[in-house]
Amino acid sequence: MSSIITNSKVEIDAAGLPYRELNQQIRSAVSIGAKHITLRNVAGQRYIGTNLYEAADRKALDELEIEILGTPGNDLGMFLDGPSITVYGNVMDGTGNTMNAGRIVVHGRAGDITGFSARGGEIFIRDDAGYRTGIHMKEFGSMRPIVVIGGTTQDFLGEYMAGGLIIILGLTLKPGELHYFSHVGTGMHGGAILVRGGLADYQLGNGVGVVNLEEKDRDSLLKYVELYGTYFGVDVAQVNVDQFVKLAPLSKRPYKQLYAY
Amino acid sequence: MNAPRNNSRNAIQAPQRKASDFRIRSNRLAEFSVERDYDKCIKCEVCIRQCSFDVHYYEEEEDLIKHRSEDCVGCQRCAVLCPTDALTIRPNPAQYRAHGSWSSEHVKDINLQAETGGVVLTGAGNDKPMPVYWDKLLINASQVTNPSIDPLREPMELRTFLGAKPDGVEIENGKLVTSMPPQVQIETPILFSAISYGAISYNVQKALAEAAVELGTLFNTGEGGLHPDFYKYRDHAIVQVASGRFGVHPDYLNAARIVEIKIGQGAKPGIGGHLAGEKVSESVSITRMIPAGTDAISPAPQHDIYSIEDLRMLVYAIKEATNYRVPVSVKIAAVHNAAAIASGIVRAGADVIAIDGFRGGTGAAPKVIRDNVGLPIEFALASVDKRLRDEGIRNRVTLIAGGGIRSAGDVVKAIALGADAVYIGTAALIAVGCTLCQKCYSGKCNWGIATQDPYLAKRVNPDIARKRLVNLVKGWSHEIKEMLGGMGINSIESLRGSRSQLRGIGLTTEELNVLGVAPAGN
Repeated sequence: MSSIITNSKVEIDAAGLPYRELNQQIRSAVSIGAKHITLRNVAGQRYIGTNLYEAADRKALDELEIEILGTPGNDLGMFLDGPSITVYGNVMDGTGNTMNAGRIVVHGRAGDITGFSARGGEIFIRDDAGYRTGIHMKEFGSMRPIVVIGGTTQDFLGEYMAGGLIIILGLTLKPGELHYFSHVGTGMHGGAILVRGGLADYQLGNGVGVVNLEEKDRDSLLKYVELYGTYFGVDVAQVNVDQFVKLAPLSKRPYKQLYAY
Repeated sequence: MNAPRNNSRNAIQAPQRKASDFRIRSNRLAEFSVERDYDKCIKCEVCIRQCSFDVHYYEEEEDLIKHRSEDCVGCQRCAVLCPTDALTIRPNPAQYRAHGSWSSEHVKDINLQAETGGVVLTGAGNDKPMPVYWDKLLINASQVTNPSIDPLREPMELRTFLGAKPDGVEIENGKLVTSMPPQVQIETPILFSAISYGAISYNVQKALAEAAVELGTLFNTGEGGLHPDFYKYRDHAIVQVASGRFGVHPDYLNAARIVEIKIGQGAKPGIGGHLAGEKVSESVSITRMIPAGTDAISPAPQHDIYSIEDLRMLVYAIKEATNYRVPVSVKIAAVHNAAAIASGIVRAGADVIAIDGFRGGTGAAPKVIRDNVGLPIEFALASVDKRLRDEGIRNRVTLIAGGGIRSAGDVVKAIALGADAVYIGTAALIAVGCTLCQKCYSGKCNWGIATQDPYLAKRVNPDIARKRLVNLVKGWSHEIKEMLGGMGINSIESLRGSRSQLRGIGLTTEELNVLGVAPAGN
């Protein structure tokens, strides 16, 4: 049952609610002007935040904050278009799937394909993430998705990546330990991955190379590492821009030579 | 070392060449032979201007138009537009020595690969002489016992509703009380299949959209997004969500009458696609929402779908995103276990299943895939329809068959085999001018269809193209009515899955069993 605390603050108890009903309740809350929604006892409900554009205008969506206590299900914030979501717990697969705009901050770890095909918005994961993180992220015009992972990820990080920025902080690695991912950036043809922590040549996928950090990368690092620290209350003093390597595609046309003309 | 002397014939030095600069000389025989009747040629140069493959050229010394047959793709554009009929393009009479196993095509492809080391690309649909089962099915007609109907005088219903149907309906006081899943009404069971802007030009997609509006049917954006100018056709749009997720965002999903998840395509089952960066113009870039000039890569799988359970997750993500207002379609290529897959797709919550046979067209596919992978749509459709009926779930889904529908006869046979409607792609493009030269992947389509080159694309006038598309579908629709009337049926609904209206000719018992039809004469 949802309970209205004030006109702009709403709490919803998600215990036992099927996802369709929970999402409908969130939409209803947004349509009556809620600006801050707290979801309690979330346990596996999918698509939270997916369709809120029918309930409010662009400006209201950009200001909307959703706080999740518990573990949301797959496709959290799929097609997300403006709101900010903060999760106090872990998230499952497909977080920020094909998202357009907004922010997802996870105080925990994430499952597979975090940020899959995202075109914009920001995703911060405090700990580690699963397979194919940031796969096929793109960018367009001023839209540029950012994924920040506090720890490490599994294989195929940034596969097919066509744009955007992934920052891997490596904070969960032991001293001297290598990152968990291999085949990083396979088929990558745009965007960049900035990695801090142990990385060996064999972990790089086809079509990706190590290049020097540019000024804009340093600026991005300063900005997003600080944001990471702020969001999670973590001391990031140990994280230094010079500890990062930049992985970038060797070609915008990785498959140009594949065909016979 | 001798210094170059400016006053000698050696003054211009040959450029220094590296070994890698040497192109391997082509051993391939020309596919086509260009024959020019010099008595008729008035040197108007139309052929030179029309050919994007630079086959024709003017030679000043002899004051003649000449040609390079080896570059000809056989599209017939020059022959059609030559004002004096001076040109004849025909398959090159010079062939390699005939061989029952090694066709000229094999020899040419081997040479092409020996020269380039690449994957042989092609366009359009499978052109191999494999059996076309439509041609082995005959349609019934009434004689004496059941009067045939004349559609010119009597009402004849082609209206079709796309979407899941409930298991039963309850009516109280003359009113429907069962809550219906979303339905989309079309006036003829023919839809334009998915062809993306990027694969085809702006003008051709515009013509398809406007024809769909005029005909009361739907066009399909393909996986390339919906150009901002085309949102006005939203009431007639099917939008695709494919592995590349190009141009997929909330407005796009909510602009559609149907959202289609593209799993596969008949011309290239199991593989993805790469739209070459050269084709990603500024306008295509806006539609796909990727930077201009970059490759648009569609991975082979959708990486959030590795199982039927995952498919259900995407189906319901789209339903959530559209608030359960639009039917969700899942398009698959016809493959050997299509029936079991279709059963899973129904259980994943799809409202529509589109099946694309191995003759379905493409803007670009590896030839080895196009010509060797997949199933005829006739078999896939019959086996899917039977499987869903056997499991008692046929009503929960609309079946759309595509991939090699060439005439109104094929449409009638497809519906009798169990389809609710058909997709036409190649037939529509032929109506616009395509001559099946299969060079869609080159981006140099002389007919202005499969190209983003503004000089070529303007050859398609969208108003004329729309008119030709409307004519085609109107003609087919009338023919369907005539065939229905001949069977004594006055509604397309009554033909659906009515295999007793079909007989097979020249088919084996196994083939008849798969198709679920009796042999002719039985």
